[in-house]
Amino acid sequence: MTRTMRTPEEIAALFTEKFGGELGEVTVKEWAEGVKKTPIRSVWIRVSRDVFKDAVRCLVDIDYPHLGVISGADMGDEVELLYHMMIYFGERGQEINVTLAVPLPKSDLRIPTISDIIPGAVYSEREKQEMLGIEVVDIPDSRRLFLPPDFPENVYPWRKDETGIREDMIKELWAVGRPTGRPAPPVAPKEEKKKEESATAGETPEQTEPAEPQKPPAAPEPEEVKNDE
Amino acid sequence: MSENKKIGSTYSIPIGPVHPALKEPILFTFKMNGELVEEVDFAPGECHRGIEWMGMRRNPVQIVHLTDRICGICGVSHSLAFARAVEQIAEIEVPERAHYVRTIIAEYERLQSHLLWAGVAAHELGFDTLFFLAWRVREESMDVIEYLTGNRVNYGIVQVGGVRRDFTEDQFPRIEASLKYYEDVAGKLLNLFLEDRTIQMRCKNTGVMSEKEALELCTVGPTARASGLAMDVRYDSPYAAYGDLDFTPVLPHQYLGLTNGDVYDRIVVRLLEVVQSVDLIRQCLENMPSGEVLWEKKYPKILAACKKATGEAVGRIEAPRGECLHYVRMDGNTNPQCWKVKASTYSNQMSWLNMLKGEQIADIPIVVASIDPCMSCTDRVAVVHGERTDILTKADLHRLSVEKTRRLAQWS
Repeated sequence: MTRTMRTPEEIAALFTEKFGGELGEVTVKEWAEGVKKTPIRSVWIRVSRDVFKDAVRCLVDIDYPHLGVISGADMGDEVELLYHMMIYFGERGQEINVTLAVPLPKSDLRIPTISDIIPGAVYSEREKQEMLGIEVVDIPDSRRLFLPPDFPENVYPWRKDETGIREDMIKELWAVGRPTGRPAPPVAPKEEKKKEESATAGETPEQTEPAEPQKPPAAPEPEEVKNDE
Repeated sequence: MSENKKIGSTYSIPIGPVHPALKEPILFTFKMNGELVEEVDFAPGECHRGIEWMGMRRNPVQIVHLTDRICGICGVSHSLAFARAVEQIAEIEVPERAHYVRTIIAEYERLQSHLLWAGVAAHELGFDTLFFLAWRVREESMDVIEYLTGNRVNYGIVQVGGVRRDFTEDQFPRIEASLKYYEDVAGKLLNLFLEDRTIQMRCKNTGVMSEKEALELCTVGPTARASGLAMDVRYDSPYAAYGDLDFTPVLPHQYLGLTNGDVYDRIVVRLLEVVQSVDLIRQCLENMPSGEVLWEKKYPKILAACKKATGEAVGRIEAPRGECLHYVRMDGNTNPQCWKVKASTYSNQMSWLNMLKGEQIADIPIVVASIDPCMSCTDRVAVVHGERTDILTKADLHRLSVEKTRRLAQWS
């Protein structure tokens, strides 16, 4: 397999040239870590549903991509699917993460399958169907993936509207409290500690504010000193 | 199918939901033709805990600790991938030393995970002395992880913007001692696993996956590399300190001269990665820059920075089993607007469908185990054969595998 390496800018330009008006925002990002600051490059392309499949084919022509996963976000009026695909892997630091983002209006949540181009995509497509309530047209296997068989229909865990997880489906573990009718813990001081813990755990979902996360660093530090001695 | 009607045609075997060699329970359905697997189907989700849902209702500093608990073996992979995504969105610059600390702990995780897997693989083949040996050797890395982070699992070391504990110079001798230990024992392990005739007979040409299949089925990590697909996030998109280190992805042909893409190659890749990890940790120790390990000591400030941030990013890292990907989108609220977690097994599961086709029942445990290094037990296997239902326990399935090993040993 011979590869012609393109820069992220060239890939962005190639897509813009080919699909022009059908593309939304196209961004090239770079991030670097370590002492040498080796750049990690990514291209983000927002593309309309009509040309989405052609865009995937276009990417396959550039280099057969590794589909990392399909993410999905509920944006209010629309559901956005993001196909994270990597090309040029196998070459040191050359990999480019190309993300194709496809917005779908909530009135028509259909998207063509890409499993005929990338067979491994079925797995992630099945997950998106059950989690976001989208319909992947022509998917070879439309069964549920992760959700149990007794999970109610038309409830989609990742949605943030009325089709999301209902209040009555949520079981707050902290609200259950300590089980009664158990023998008392053998060491008395420990019990006090545990009470404190369950009390703070109880507050976590509401009180997301800084006061709470501050605790962890304070506790381990003295321990570490002890270890070193 | 019609030809085989006389001998009862095909029948299906559900295996699971709790299965040997899996950290997560999963239900397999095998369509069998005699001893041979004709078709495979699987249904995961038996322990889907809705972590993404929980995460979208928490702030990034809380999520980091939630990610620690996604997997019992990849204690640092998920938190590192998530932290990297958030750092990119908030444009937080992680101190250089923290990159090295992250790399060292990630490589120790790879050591223990691969050795754990090696033990499981030996056990699935009925080679229990090797299983005990591999796990005893693994214990050294667990001890060092505990020494460095305070925990054997759920290390809680990664924080958005760096790490929560530094590895100090006076801890280096202990790290060095463990590296020496692994160097000494590596030759023995390679010899025991790769030169053993029984292992060769059971693993060579079993569960084969070609490079093309590996690419098309989106496989990652050692599973993909064992099929000859050069793909390693550490090398392709060097995060943390990997850009500063000298290494190349481990591929089976480097050791064997050719790539078969079978179970044996997967053993080769993982064992050689153990050797590679030792080298990478040593390089980190030698080049470790000095300085802080956390971008901001005051957590409320980290949180405030996350709160202000808007944007989206992907954090990818190479977990012991392959690419681990976290997609995060922040929209100016405390909690992420979207969070998607992709663990490595997620990508690798599709490869079972091809690998298991044409294999025998007795090979199922090792082929299934060959992509994923986790230990669990099948609680039951029900063989539905016509009107009769036999329940095979984990012990039965394991016995079948051991018997096959014995048979092969006698013939040769």
